[in-house]
Amino acid sequence: MTPEEQEQIRARQKSRAVMTGLLLGFLVILFFAITLAKIGASHNI
Amino acid sequence: MTTATFAPVSMPADWRDFVALTKPRVMTLVVFTGLCGLLAAPGHIHPVLAFTAILCIALGAGAAAALNQWWEADIDAKMKRTAARPLPAGRMDRQAALHFGVGLSFFSVILMGMATNWLAAGVLAVSILFYVFVYTIWLKPRTAQNIVIGGAAGAFPPVIGWAAVTGDVSALPVALFMLIFFWTPPHFWALALFVKTDYAAAGIPMLPVVSGEVATRRQIWAYTAIMAVAALAPVLLRLTGLIYGATALIGTLVFAALAFQVYRRRESDPTRMMPERRLFKYSILYLFLLFGAVVVDRWLLA
Repeated sequence: MTPEEQEQIRARQKSRAVMTGLLLGFLVILFFAITLAKIGASHNI
Repeated sequence: MTTATFAPVSMPADWRDFVALTKPRVMTLVVFTGLCGLLAAPGHIHPVLAFTAILCIALGAGAAAALNQWWEADIDAKMKRTAARPLPAGRMDRQAALHFGVGLSFFSVILMGMATNWLAAGVLAVSILFYVFVYTIWLKPRTAQNIVIGGAAGAFPPVIGWAAVTGDVSALPVALFMLIFFWTPPHFWALALFVKTDYAAAGIPMLPVVSGEVATRRQIWAYTAIMAVAALAPVLLRLTGLIYGATALIGTLVFAALAFQVYRRRESDPTRMMPERRLFKYSILYLFLLFGAVVVDRWLLA
């Protein structure tokens, strides 16, 4: 494997890691919001 | 289909190719009909949970699309329209697509169950399984009626959206299911008429390939008649109001006019199939209009 290929793979891995991180961040916020919605709903009953 | 081999993949797939694997363009209609089912349902749902339900419908559709491409990678490679997809183009290995599809399926169903209810999650699971096993694996390579039965998979979203709010499935979501179910054949066969050569090359028994173009035109017309009944049923059964009724009546008359034109024509050169292309394009607009009208109707009545 040439250094250029190595570098390409690293760049690809990095962009995937960044996207995965963003997705996980979004899910944390979503699950928190769902929790609040669910707790709120149980108060109304 | 598991014997296909493509150019060896050494690079990890680009994240954009995972997005492409979910067929985002097909998803828009699925999300829209699901959203309409959700908005037309009586009762209240927290906006965050409504958003999550729609997200789960979109993710479930994406998962089914990914699994469909995992299974059909060798067929996609033979068709011009699909040869550039991530798997046939060799930008992603099949194992990655399989894992992505299965993972996304479980994730969407479990999240749906936890955020809304398990009936909605169950229908979502059934729709994914139906699309992958009944349509993609079983019917599509075997019968020219593949998309008639397979169309049921695409008809589930409004039922799921409805169930997410109410926790049940009543007459209106079933009527909306029937509408998409009978809309699918004329919609899809209009497309199949002008991409016939592609399906022939891949050995998929699409109706124009197996029964010929004339039979396809006749069937488009026949299913349009059944679809018209399904389109008017909600208002005749008083499940919706007159806004939907008027939209459905006018929209269906235009649909029938375009379908009749296609039925009467004899043209096998795909480059001269303008009426067929027009019917295909209009059929998408038609579904948007009718589902939009269901929601407008319900909100003005309320």
